[in-house]
Amino acid sequence: MILGPIGFAAPWLLWALVALPILWIILRAVPPAPIRRRFPGVALLLGLKDEDSVSDRTPWWLLLLRMFAVAAVIVGLAGPVLNPRDEGEGRASGPLLILLDSSWASARDWAAQMGVIDAMLAEAGRDGRPTALMQLSKAETPVFQAAETLRSRVPGLTPASWAIGDDVLERAADMLGDGQFETRWFSDGLAQPGRTEFLEVLEARGPVTVHESARPVLALTPPVLEDSQIMLRVLRAAPAPERDITVNAHGLDPAGVSRILANLPLRFDEGAVETTGALSLPPELRARVTRFEIAGEAQAGAVTLTDDGLKRREVALIAGREDREGLELLSPLHYLQQALSPTADLLEGGLMDILPANPDVIVLADVATLSGAEQAALLEWTNEGGLLLRFAGQRVAASDVSRSDEDPLMPVRLRAGGRTVGGAMSWGEPKALAPFVEGSPFQGLAIPSDVTVSAQVMAQPDPTLADRVIAQLTDGTPLVTRKRIGAGQVVLFHVTANAEWSSLPLSGLFVQMLERLAVSSAMAPPDAAELEGTIWQPLEVLDGFGRLKDADNRPGVPGERLLEAPLGPDLLPGLYDGPERSVARNVIAADTVLTPMEWPARVTVEGLERAPETPLAGWLLAAALLLLTADILASLALSGRLWPARAVALLALTLSLGAVQEARAQDDARAILATEELALAHVLTGDAQLDDTARAGLRGLGQVLNFRTSVEPAEPIAVDLELDDLTFYPILYWPISANQPTPSAEAYVKLNDYLRNGGLILFDTRDADIAGFGAASPNGARLQRLAAPLDIPPLEPLPEDHVLTRTFYLLTDFPGRHMGRAVWVEAAPPDAEQIEGMPFRNLNDGVTPVVIGGNDWAAAWAVNERGDPMFPVGRGYAGERQRELAYRFGVNLVMHVLTGNYKSDQVHVPALLDRLGQ
Amino acid sequence: MNAPSPNTLRPRAEAEAARLPPLLARAELLARTVLLGEHGRRRAGAGDDFWQYRPVQPGDSRRMIDWRRSGRSDVQFVKQREWQIAQSVMLWVDPAASMRFTSDKSLPDKADRARLLALAMALLLVRGGERVGLTGTALPPRRGQAQVTRLAEALLHESDEDYASPEMSGLIPHGRALLISDFMGDLSPLRGALTAAADRGVRGLLYQVLDPAEEAFPYTGRTIFESVGGTLAHETLKAGDLRARYLERLAQRKDELATLCTATGWRYGCHHTGESAQSALLWLHGAMAGGSGA
Repeated sequence: MILGPIGFAAPWLLWALVALPILWIILRAVPPAPIRRRFPGVALLLGLKDEDSVSDRTPWWLLLLRMFAVAAVIVGLAGPVLNPRDEGEGRASGPLLILLDSSWASARDWAAQMGVIDAMLAEAGRDGRPTALMQLSKAETPVFQAAETLRSRVPGLTPASWAIGDDVLERAADMLGDGQFETRWFSDGLAQPGRTEFLEVLEARGPVTVHESARPVLALTPPVLEDSQIMLRVLRAAPAPERDITVNAHGLDPAGVSRILANLPLRFDEGAVETTGALSLPPELRARVTRFEIAGEAQAGAVTLTDDGLKRREVALIAGREDREGLELLSPLHYLQQALSPTADLLEGGLMDILPANPDVIVLADVATLSGAEQAALLEWTNEGGLLLRFAGQRVAASDVSRSDEDPLMPVRLRAGGRTVGGAMSWGEPKALAPFVEGSPFQGLAIPSDVTVSAQVMAQPDPTLADRVIAQLTDGTPLVTRKRIGAGQVVLFHVTANAEWSSLPLSGLFVQMLERLAVSSAMAPPDAAELEGTIWQPLEVLDGFGRLKDADNRPGVPGERLLEAPLGPDLLPGLYDGPERSVARNVIAADTVLTPMEWPARVTVEGLERAPETPLAGWLLAAALLLLTADILASLALSGRLWPARAVALLALTLSLGAVQEARAQDDARAILATEELALAHVLTGDAQLDDTARAGLRGLGQVLNFRTSVEPAEPIAVDLELDDLTFYPILYWPISANQPTPSAEAYVKLNDYLRNGGLILFDTRDADIAGFGAASPNGARLQRLAAPLDIPPLEPLPEDHVLTRTFYLLTDFPGRHMGRAVWVEAAPPDAEQIEGMPFRNLNDGVTPVVIGGNDWAAAWAVNERGDPMFPVGRGYAGERQRELAYRFGVNLVMHVLTGNYKSDQVHVPALLDRLGQ
Repeated sequence: MNAPSPNTLRPRAEAEAARLPPLLARAELLARTVLLGEHGRRRAGAGDDFWQYRPVQPGDSRRMIDWRRSGRSDVQFVKQREWQIAQSVMLWVDPAASMRFTSDKSLPDKADRARLLALAMALLLVRGGERVGLTGTALPPRRGQAQVTRLAEALLHESDEDYASPEMSGLIPHGRALLISDFMGDLSPLRGALTAAADRGVRGLLYQVLDPAEEAFPYTGRTIFESVGGTLAHETLKAGDLRARYLERLAQRKDELATLCTATGWRYGCHHTGESAQSALLWLHGAMAGGSGA
């Protein structure tokens, strides 16, 4: 039954509303419950009859309240639903198949789809239709079952991060069985071969309705590096109105936190299906980009991961001699620069300056000896994955490096002197290169015939030599040798890096060899042939919403499948790690074309927008509950029993919820108050008079600080150790009374934290320390018990040269209201010695965490609102002098807390000025 | 009721003892507000001190004429001495449960006020040299401060019954009596007691202590009224309707008490716990002093 926008699941229940007037009459007649009262005058009442025998009436408004409550219950139970689905009569029967593409392109409106599906299932549940759900991306045979069972699965559905495979539709058609059913197809809107055929298969079994989001899907193709600019291309499945989008480059910042490093605003013109833009980033930043993402587009197609492709290798070139005056063509680095500069970022400079920049490759051209520190640093860098590329030359040939023992940074031992062939003074022809053997990184490179070698350094024959040779001459002597060190490697070209010893640097082969060694670049995407036989381990994979997730224990993927095979459950888009490099597999490839699906005219295509069905029963029943609660309160109020403790407790319970939030707001306000300005704080002891004195004392001290120093504290703040955050206060004044409560364990944790992080607590036993420091006075004993769980360092009586004696005033004693004996502070380190010529020892660095005394400072400091002292100190002028000294102690203490041992360091100023010559 | 064992007796005794000093102290404080001034009864009677000369009246024996005074004038005078006989005053404070009622937390209950007044009166009387005791045979009248302590102790005794009537045995002839109660119970025993007392020449005060709620009856709605002891109950659907009739009955009762007093030569007073105890004490003191005038 439908009434306006509200429908009812059980409309017959509404007949119960007819009973309401009857209920009115019944409820009206029932008198309120009697109150029992103690009353001695009852003796006089005995025998008195009520004049009016008719019972007291329930007030009309209470009756109305109850009526509303009952009506709400009745209407609530009748199952009202806002915006009910009403699909007409004929279709609300027979099985229903909900078909989801759930590909990456479906993810863009997933929540809307789920909402519609949920509503659809709810409706099917009301109609008692068996339903089944099928996700084409993860095709399984659909099983028809109760809609409510299926509905519980809906929140768990996720889109896949791949497109639907071509064969999937055929397989899915086989799974459908022979039964008749209605189909609701949630399409991702992309055309696909086989879709039309599949639609025919479905139509053979019953009516088909397609649901499709009106928003065309966007896709981001992998970035291409052109002239050190990153070209980004965004595709749109269908022409649509003008739209602005932003592509974000995500990556790790220097602190290792993933954040947006750069963004590129792009605009689709009206009707355009493609837009491109160039993003220019410095190489360092570019190398850090891990992925590009279309902002606000939560689907896997809008994310493209970058692998090594975007990175330009940083190559450090270091030559043995800086031959700046020689010919440029003879420079040992000239050919390397020529070969590398188009594709790599070159660094030049001293070795130790370059190493912290952590280049990918360091080229040492004819560098023979390295200092111990250089060698160690270089070895460590290599160990962590650096590629050290060395070239031979005169110096290497002449030096003793790696002569008798293999140098750690040389792949082989070298014979003295090297050899020269085919020169003017030698026999024989210059040697040519032998074909590269299998297993060499250069395997497959064509050797030009004009590459000859006329001089080289020779390797000592060693058992390991054969394994380390990766290129050799026709006579079998090594030309390039390689040794792995940890994660890195060292490669030695046995010839010079210029054309002095060979024509190799002049040839294209040199460039190719550098490329193969991953010196010049790893930009060229690997081809399938190269990847054959390798296994790639997924590092991170994308889910349907374009979120990166840890690959966990996913199995490795064979190299030949990695690049070509269609994505699917066994090959997720993501970042794959293989030998020496990583490869990103993205949902969208460079050649992907997005074609929108054109549905035949006979098929109904609906959007995803529907007013959601809202069941109102819960609200109504809750309202009934509220009304009944109000009825309880009203009844209590009527019978005069609202305010006994029970009702108050109930009310307090409801109010306490609000109070919690209020308390939190208060906390914030307090934190702002405490941090807005410097605030002195005292610990609440529970003794009101003591707390007032402490507050007045800190107020007095604050005024003195305000007048005399640049410290201008705000009003003092009372701190409850159990409740308040201590971190805002630099100093806590803690007066001790004999019967103050011991703080809880949590409070002690806070206090210890406070002490460890530079807070200072001034303990004041206020007993003038009559019995010396210790437990003899009640306050002293209390202090011992209070302070036992605190993390307090060893203490000593304040030494004469402690920084507290001179942070602002020069002081020798520290009276408060009493002239007590010692004031105790953190003990100086045992090795503190007085240096010759210094007035005092170089004591503790930092601030003493506690100051303990018994001079009742707060009382000496205390002033009332008008600024007059509240307590007498001493007698006459001597007393005023004592009060002044007490203030000076307070000033020194606050200065000590705020400046640490700054005054202690001041003693060095003359020496420093002297050294500066001023 | 359990037999008092040593374990429970002592804490109970301590709790009871703790109540005594405050009561005594408050009574002292209250009594101090009444200035006694000179001792003596301020009227002619048997005593040592001179009181006044008065002209001879018919019926005076000649022996009574003060010849020295009469010799100075033509009229004959009789010399009177101040009455200095110590009176015996018997106190009775209603120990019943109905007295332990208060309509508001800020008000003392009636029993408390009654005890306070009784003890303060006792203090005043003892200071005035009278002998004070309780009605009944438990505590015969004596003088001295120790008697006050004993009185205070005895006044703390409470009874469980709802309404009590005064025990008038052991009355000393021609003594005085002070009965403090709410007089809510049956009046016939009181009537009997007062008649018996009047027969023995005992006169005194009936002092009614009432809670303001008992005077105002501020109740409405459906109510079950119960006596404090719980023995009596009365249910009404509209308590508000009962007010007029209740007040009528209360006035009637007061009237009855006053009539009874007039008949027996006693004096009747009424006090509400909402008022100050001091005014009550002043009234009591005045009534006790003046009511006995010859």
